[in-house]
Amino acid sequence: MNSPLQGPAKALRLAGIGAVMLALGAGFAYAAGWIGGPQLTPQRIIDTFEAQAGHHPGYRKNHAKGLCISGYFQPSGQAANLSTARAFSQARVPVIGRFAIGGANPFAPDTGVPVRSLAIQLSTDDGQIWRTGMNNPPVLAVSNPQGFYDQVLAGAPDPATGKPDPAKLQAFFAAHPESAAFRQWAASYKPSDSFASTQYHSINAFRLIDASGTAHPVRWQLEPQTPFNPLPGQVDDKQFLQHDLQQRLAQGPLRWTLRLVLADPGDAVDDPARPWPAERRSVDAGTLVVEQVDAPEQGACRDLNFDPLILPSGIKPSADPILAARSAAYSESFNRRSRESLGAGAQR
Amino acid sequence: MKPEVFHPLARLVHWLMAILIISMLFIGVSMVGDLSLRHPLLVELHKATGLALLILVIVRIGLRLTLPHPPLPADLPALQRFAAGASHLLLYGLMLAMPLLGWAMLSAGGYPRPLQLPAIAPHDLQLYAVLRQAHGWAGYLLFATVLVHLGAALMHALVRRDGVLRSMWPGPVRRSE
Repeated sequence: MNSPLQGPAKALRLAGIGAVMLALGAGFAYAAGWIGGPQLTPQRIIDTFEAQAGHHPGYRKNHAKGLCISGYFQPSGQAANLSTARAFSQARVPVIGRFAIGGANPFAPDTGVPVRSLAIQLSTDDGQIWRTGMNNPPVLAVSNPQGFYDQVLAGAPDPATGKPDPAKLQAFFAAHPESAAFRQWAASYKPSDSFASTQYHSINAFRLIDASGTAHPVRWQLEPQTPFNPLPGQVDDKQFLQHDLQQRLAQGPLRWTLRLVLADPGDAVDDPARPWPAERRSVDAGTLVVEQVDAPEQGACRDLNFDPLILPSGIKPSADPILAARSAAYSESFNRRSRESLGAGAQR
Repeated sequence: MKPEVFHPLARLVHWLMAILIISMLFIGVSMVGDLSLRHPLLVELHKATGLALLILVIVRIGLRLTLPHPPLPADLPALQRFAAGASHLLLYGLMLAMPLLGWAMLSAGGYPRPLQLPAIAPHDLQLYAVLRQAHGWAGYLLFATVLVHLGAALMHALVRRDGVLRSMWPGPVRRSE
């Protein structure tokens, strides 16, 4: 056994050991993002939502205002040869979900926001879970998270008017030519007078995996079976869409057709800003039946994160960067509102 | 008769877990601030590795309780002897707690679990908040403890030169001079 070191040799080795520990600590701090250049992180995106709409403890940090619903999905059987997901073959799949309007303000008037969303969870008898969050626009204005962040900044309400600055929005669209399809949709979009007669789109593409293991790139949409009626020009009720939904469901269930739209080779599978040609093959996968609605901020959907990457076997994500970013940002929102739920008097 | 070095199986599990734990700490701390396409891959890797580490730590505790292990050097001061014992207890506690906290927080958050493992906590948002934060802070504490463990091992090897690191060295062990 060697004798312990003393004097300068000991000092040198101590310094060496210190340097190793410091280097590992610095590597950890860098990996955590505590040191290094500013990065676009899920935290920064959620911070920006809160900076614009205010801090509303306990609420979702985007699509903050909504209602929980429940019902079931009845597959047609036509999608079972495209995907092994049990939801396409089980006779009746229990569903819980949430209708919401876009934006981070839980007190916004229902009809003051163009974006509407429906998120659902399908729980199949093989123990698997499928969550999907869908919006009314068929495409996004941007192709990647940085573009999304730029869009959020450009849409910040002007303190003087409370509305986004048109010049900033114009500059954003000029800098983001990939937004062409979205702008075209927005210009022609006629809002309906109900969540029930609104069509919702998966936003991102996914891949259906069939029994042979073959992947079929897909986008899906919920097509309303409730006839369209335009939104009246003047709406005074701030809970217009919520009241409408409650009234309709008091009279009977509401239905949507889940349509799977399949890509052709060469279609933009990984870019949510680019639409696919209208003549693409599509499959009626079944019917979503919504039966019940809960009171505001109550119900089974409240404490769920509708992370679009919670997928059953038989459905896989695409390589769309926005899909990954949604998953990361939803998780940050869920973590924050869960922490806020611990605070005294927090609303949920 | 106490052995001079750890059993080969104990050394194998130690170094396997060392690599996995350090990888896990770096994966965990970087994935929460990442929104690129790496994010979902890192989360999947984190859950799979966490499950592997849970199995390994149970094996490891079994090995520690059944196999004889070498004593600390006789001339080690009492305070360092205490620090060695306490830090190892903390390491074992955190190695066991981290995967269990991860599993429990997924259960409480209403998230699916890898391999469709059953929930080990009720679906409850407030419980999720507590478990999620505990998982994070326990991770920082584990990293700090690993760092101290590494520094102490290097002290034994390079300054005290007392054979402690050699007793856990992964390669073949030369008989001491």
